[in-house]
Amino acid sequence: MSALALELSTIGVLMRRALNEILRVPGAAIPGILAPSLFMLGLTGAFGALTELTGFSTESYISFILPVSLMQAAGFAGAATGVNTVRDIELGWFDRLYLAPTPRPALLAGIVLSAGFRALLPMTAVLTIGLLLGAQWPGVSGLLIAVLLALTFSAVSASWTVGLALRFRTQAAAPLMQASMFMAVLFTTSYAPLELLTGWLQTVASINPVTQVVEGVRQGFVEGVSFTGTWPALVVLAVLLGLTFAFALRGLAKTGR
Amino acid sequence: MRAELRAIGALGLRSIRNTFRYPRYLGPILVFPTLFLAVNTGGAGGAIDLPGFPEVHGFLDFQLAAGILQASLLAAVMGGTGLALDIELGFTDRLLAAPIRRPTIVLGRLAATFVLGMFAAVWFLAIGFAFGAIVKGGVLGVIFVILFGGLTATAFGGIASAIALKSGTASVVQGMFPLVFVILFVSSAFFPAELMQEPSQTIAHYNPVSLVAAGIRGPVVFGLSASDTLDGLLGLAIIGGLGFVLSAWGLRARLRAS
Repeated sequence: MSALALELSTIGVLMRRALNEILRVPGAAIPGILAPSLFMLGLTGAFGALTELTGFSTESYISFILPVSLMQAAGFAGAATGVNTVRDIELGWFDRLYLAPTPRPALLAGIVLSAGFRALLPMTAVLTIGLLLGAQWPGVSGLLIAVLLALTFSAVSASWTVGLALRFRTQAAAPLMQASMFMAVLFTTSYAPLELLTGWLQTVASINPVTQVVEGVRQGFVEGVSFTGTWPALVVLAVLLGLTFAFALRGLAKTGR
Repeated sequence: MRAELRAIGALGLRSIRNTFRYPRYLGPILVFPTLFLAVNTGGAGGAIDLPGFPEVHGFLDFQLAAGILQASLLAAVMGGTGLALDIELGFTDRLLAAPIRRPTIVLGRLAATFVLGMFAAVWFLAIGFAFGAIVKGGVLGVIFVILFGGLTATAFGGIASAIALKSGTASVVQGMFPLVFVILFVSSAFFPAELMQEPSQTIAHYNPVSLVAAGIRGPVVFGLSASDTLDGLLGLAIIGGLGFVLSAWGLRARLRAS
């Protein structure tokens, strides 16, 4: 077996392990589904009238907020990967991974890509609930772009939180992982278009790179898909994935020393 | 009577110490409601321009009640979780063997929840003042808001205690966390009920939490008024009464189980 085939097989095994966790403990997926769904329904009920403000890009608030909930579902699934990594470190399972004759990037890729598996279930649930309750159908291309961007964001989230897990090595870091995802997604144009945000949030959202990703996921639900609405999100995700993966890889290298 | 009060004080003090000693208990009460307040204020701040939105000094002033309510409800959940942990670890069994009245065990926990609710109100008022909010009710308004924070936490604490006593499992009580958000979203805590979407609007009209929200928000946004205070007290009486009945039932079930 070639070195590349061996690495791919390692990645596949680690991804299958994550899938096993979902299948064997399905109850563990409930919070990941419940939180973004409640958020979407609650905010639509409470803040739905914001669409009456001049300059709001849609008349349907659920269409506006559904992409944010998709991002939350993806972000929290990534954070769950970080929390599970800490658990594996505390239980000693991670030490056994270090002994495996596998390059560290392959180990990390397996863990990070498994976040995509985790994200699929809550994203499907949120999307189904949103569409059933009247969110605009984004079209096949809009849906594919939204899913691709959100799944990549879950990999970014997983890389970041695995990096944190390797540094803190304690489950006490779990709130930090969840809170950082909460802020990354919500400190954007999550509630309203940029021009309608007020005070500090407008400034933060305009410099927060995740805003581009939220807008990229949202485009099909509120307007239409375009190349100009997609490429900034792809560039941001590529850069974020590179940086966070390097952050996690550095943590992995330090830990193994 | 004095001995009972001393026991309530001692148990309450123990609970408060535990909460402040471990950040994992205090964190959820303050961190998430604060982040939520920040996002709500910046994200939906334009709402004050909507036709029908009440005349307010700023959207932050309007949202302070939501932050206080959210933190008070989470303090109640944490109080219930603490009680359930005491049951799991056998501490409650030792208290049941002690020469104190059984309701004292619950009242001690609720005393701590009351203090945490007031602490949450002080925290959010401090944030509000730091970012330009004003309390139209003045010093008396501030005192009212802090008291309402404590009473809200206590009223919901009764329900959380009942669940803790009945289940005896901390994870079951912690399962109430999402419920806190559901209860708040279908009330006028975040937005005026008249401007909410259906079916949330109808539910908010009948939700007693909307009355409590009016009691907390009134002194901040409009100044002290008898109608807002009475609304708040009515809401607290409904929730507190329910909590009282449920926790008495839970205590009886726990005693039978012990």
